[in-house]
Amino acid sequence: MLSVAVRHRLGDFRLYAEFESGCGLTALFGRSGAGKTSLINAIAGLIRPDQGHIAVDGTVLTDTAAGIFVPARRRRVGYVFQEGRLFPHLTVRQNLLYGRWFAPRAARASGIEAVIDLLGIGHLLARRPANLSGGEKQRVAIGRALLAAPRLLVMDEPLAALDEARKSEILPYIERLRDETGIPIVYVSHAVAEVARLATTLVVLSEGRVAAIGPPAAVMGRIDLFPLTGRQEAGAILQTRVAGHDQIFGLTILRAAAGELRVPRLDAPVGTELRVRIRARDVMIAMQPPQDLSALNILPGIVAEIGAAEGPIVEMRLDCAGEALIARLTRRSIEGLGLTPGRPVYAVIKSVAFDHHAFAGAARAPASADADTRDA
Amino acid sequence: MSSFLAFSPDELTAIRLSLRVAVVAMLCSLPVGIAIALLLARGRFWGKSLLNAVVHLPLVMPPVVTGYILLLLFGRRGPLGEFFAATLGIVFAFRWTGAALACAVMGFPLLVRSIRLSLDAVDRRLEAAAGTLGANRFWVFATITLPLILPGVIAGMILSFARAFGEFGATITFVSNIPGETQTLPTAIYTFTQVPGGDLGALRLTLVSVAISMIALFASEGLLERVARRVLGL
Repeated sequence: MLSVAVRHRLGDFRLYAEFESGCGLTALFGRSGAGKTSLINAIAGLIRPDQGHIAVDGTVLTDTAAGIFVPARRRRVGYVFQEGRLFPHLTVRQNLLYGRWFAPRAARASGIEAVIDLLGIGHLLARRPANLSGGEKQRVAIGRALLAAPRLLVMDEPLAALDEARKSEILPYIERLRDETGIPIVYVSHAVAEVARLATTLVVLSEGRVAAIGPPAAVMGRIDLFPLTGRQEAGAILQTRVAGHDQIFGLTILRAAAGELRVPRLDAPVGTELRVRIRARDVMIAMQPPQDLSALNILPGIVAEIGAAEGPIVEMRLDCAGEALIARLTRRSIEGLGLTPGRPVYAVIKSVAFDHHAFAGAARAPASADADTRDA
Repeated sequence: MSSFLAFSPDELTAIRLSLRVAVVAMLCSLPVGIAIALLLARGRFWGKSLLNAVVHLPLVMPPVVTGYILLLLFGRRGPLGEFFAATLGIVFAFRWTGAALACAVMGFPLLVRSIRLSLDAVDRRLEAAAGTLGANRFWVFATITLPLILPGVIAGMILSFARAFGEFGATITFVSNIPGETQTLPTAIYTFTQVPGGDLGALRLTLVSVAISMIALFASEGLLERVARRVLGL
């Protein structure tokens, strides 16, 4: 349980954020300059806020009213920095054990072997940071923070400096961290795909303020937030389960409350829970059930909300059996089709739209190229 | 040839004394140099630029002036000289300890400069990272900062040693040129050049001086390379 209420001035920038979140991964999401890093620096004790109250699991770390400011070294807030910040003169093993030295004896119980296994860094122990790849460095940095026995882990865009391949290499480890260690995580990111995949709670920050907070599917389904979350990558999140595989055509069938989705084959066993992000720009709208159409995914729904029309493009939220789906259309189409809230429609999504962005690098078959020929 | 290398007892004494003076000057000024470099690189206090100027004075003043100021301060009647004699029993005036003090003072700006430059180059975000892992200021310095500035410290020690080994003006002004007590290699060479028939002795000691300097330089270069590689983690 983390509770944060911070007021802080940095030059012209004002941070005025307040939120509470439970266990799991809390994603702080927003554009650069939204105050995400300042906020976790305040949590970690690297910034002393002008006013504020920060507590983790009932332990007060900052309370300016009561004159409490626990210094960073006694907070036991593990910090994973964007650039890793491994100590260059120490080996990977020495880096990993650095914080353990200073951790309270009782908290040292967490097994070194378990952490090394969790992060898959056993083969790197004798090396020095200069000889590690970017992805390996970040895994070691995570391990180093974990072995200091933190009560909270904060991660400042740990994947931002990595390329797509390295990102998808690390994401599963962060998921395991979230699900297996039980340590609450605050994760800063401006990448929708990462946040959609990882977050238990999503906090949207804008100009130093909390613009929205809630489960990612609920927050991402709000079309009024798109100016903050970024229109280009805007989209809804569906919670799905792998229902089966189509061996002949190399497809995987996902079942969501909204209906069935056919996507290029994923390396996930039947029954796997999977979050799928459907970008608004990949959704087409039909008024009748379309026939003789190449697209494989057709979900019936009802127009729930039509966004404010400021330019040629308008976002629209559909209610598909209780789940939100966002579509992005031209204003001309909206008027041409006579779309108004309450109208039943059909959302059409091409299977090839489910590229790695949709799953944020989740397990999937490498061969998605051949799906194009069948589906296009 | 063999007669050329046959050092007189006075010459051997001068060589030994020079080494002792230079090593003692270097080692004794090292902790002070690190502390002052830390103050100058990290500290924010009134009079910082004054301290900086004082530290660098021996670099810009004529050595004779430095030696004379030392004589005024640390001489038998000098305020600091009396203090050290009374409390620690250390007398500087006309002793080898005085020569070491003069050499330390002359090498000090070079030592501090080198350490300060490497302190400025330390990525302070690494120190902040160590802080989030639970290390207090002392441990951050001992386990992160010090290893990272080690190349600069070694380079500073070399410069300080070299300066001490070649020091002439301040030494001769402060503690004179007493064989067996304050006569170091440079002052011994100077003495040889002042007496008739001293050419051979001067040449011998000059060659010794060159040899010792070269050995120190090569040894430290090797050490520096190893340490730098360690720090860079290669």
